[in-house]
Amino acid sequence: MPSDPMLKVSSVSTHYGPVQALHGISMEVYPGELVAIVGANGAGKTTLLHTLSRVQNASAGQVWFDGMEITRLPPHKIVAAGVCQVPEGRQVFAPLSVDDNLRLGGFTQRKDHHWFEQELERVYDLFPILKEKWQQAAGTLSGGQQQMLAIGRALLGRPRLLLLDEPSMGLAPLLVEEIFRIIQQLNEQGVTILLVEQNARAALGIADRGYVLETGSVVLSAKADELLEDEAVRRAYLGY
Amino acid sequence: MWDQILQFLFTGVTVGATYALVALGFAIIYNASDVVNFAQGEFVMMGAMCAVFLYSGSGLPLPVALLLAVALTIVLGMSFQRFAIARARGASVVSTIIITIGASIFLRGVALLLWGKDILAMPHFSGETPIQLGRATLLPQNLWVMGGTGVMVLAVHYFFHHTTLGKAVIACSCNRTAAHLVGINVGLMMLIAYGLSAFLGAMAGVLVTPITFTSYDAGVMLGLKGFSAAILGGMGNPMGAVAGGLLLGLIESMAAGLISSGYKDAIGFVVLLLVLFLRPSGLFGKASAERV
Ligand SMILES: Nc1ncnc2c1ncn2[C@@H]1O[C@H](COP(=O)(O)OP(=O)(O)OP(=O)(O)O)[C@@H](O)[C@H]1O
Ligand SMILES: [Mg+2]
Repeated sequence: MPSDPMLKVSSVSTHYGPVQALHGISMEVYPGELVAIVGANGAGKTTLLHTLSRVQNASAGQVWFDGMEITRLPPHKIVAAGVCQVPEGRQVFAPLSVDDNLRLGGFTQRKDHHWFEQELERVYDLFPILKEKWQQAAGTLSGGQQQMLAIGRALLGRPRLLLLDEPSMGLAPLLVEEIFRIIQQLNEQGVTILLVEQNARAALGIADRGYVLETGSVVLSAKADELLEDEAVRRAYLGY
Repeated sequence: MWDQILQFLFTGVTVGATYALVALGFAIIYNASDVVNFAQGEFVMMGAMCAVFLYSGSGLPLPVALLLAVALTIVLGMSFQRFAIARARGASVVSTIIITIGASIFLRGVALLLWGKDILAMPHFSGETPIQLGRATLLPQNLWVMGGTGVMVLAVHYFFHHTTLGKAVIACSCNRTAAHLVGINVGLMMLIAYGLSAFLGAMAGVLVTPITFTSYDAGVMLGLKGFSAAILGGMGNPMGAVAGGLLLGLIESMAAGLISSGYKDAIGFVVLLLVLFLRPSGLFGKASAERV
């Protein structure tokens, strides 16, 4: 494993008003890795991703990306640095067209026309259904199509680190498989990925390493296959 | 009779165009941030008052005075966003609206202190020789108002539908978190929305003042009318706001001509109430379920 982590989270805490949602989280993601964060409902997974993208403020601790501290950077600069997020619940721009959604995904890259148009084609090739519906309002797409749109939108931000928040939520099993296959494929193409999931089995199935989050703290971290074998993890998250 | 109606039509479209610009300003800020900016009328007044005083006070040529006045108002609108609205980040929409009401009172006070209570005039842009159309007449300034409004409405439409920046402003209103997450500088988009609204207000002010005159409190009624027009057209629908403005202007002018000028404001508001009663989302408003 290379010595310098791409993402380094050190003792990060986050509050919602007086309520503390994260309690000194520390973790690393190395270049090229696919790291999964699993945890139950309300464990703080979304809060952690929101803190990384700084749509939520950390109340303590630091976040480093590529050796640069990004803890207090405004969200648009974090995206410009190469950290893009596929938010929980897709959160597409409902009244805007599929194409507009993708173009806005490339908002920080809009000066580089050549790269952008090429990447747009690539995203349309990856998700042909989006190309078919490119003029349709994003709000009219099915859940699975919206998830693809949300992923495509994040890819157009030119991520070096892609944060995915429960991309399988609410999808039919066949679609879940498809989405996970695409995530794995993106990782093989060189995008470093931090994947948050309640679907621990599927997430750990494709991940290199995993962290287990419980009520705002990391309680376990290990290689993904070790976590899959772990007695406690199996009982709590895998259900067997 | 028909000549008279044609005359009312001209008046109605001219007044309506002014309302349309104010309404468009309301719709843009509402769209970007869910806030009704009650200082919108004061943007109109500030544009007009600055123009009058730059022209008569400093002897600048009229076009230069107008441009400067509009530019000053844009700076004012952006400063208002930056130093009053953005500072209250995290405040609820209602608190923000109250800030805009405070700002409107403050701006009126500043205008009163700086320029006094007089009703002020501004020269027409290209003379006052009436243009005869049948037995109805039209001033060149009416054409300036209609033409200027037309150009700006088209420009605003183009901005929101055909530029990435315009769509980024819309994205902020659909989903602020997602806008942050795709790397849109949301604060900057808000600044643009306020600047654009101030620009539209100031343009309305300088275009119409040669016909209607202006004073420190001219923004109150215009703000109210523009707000009504925006509601009439369906709040948050820019082109609906424009249609609402034109419609309100026409209704008032017809009411004033055919019934009595004393009733024109009342009739305008009655129509507004009626529309809201029958179609709460406005004439061209989307069903509220569609706004996410
Ligand atoms: N906006 C908020 N205001 C107050 N508390 C919040 C807010 N968002 C989340 N919380 C609380 O913070 C804790 C962590 O929530 P978070 O959404 O991060 O969990 P999660 O792991 O993403 O859960 P899920 O699997 O349901 O998405 C929970 O106790 C939640 O109730
Ligand atoms: Mg979550």
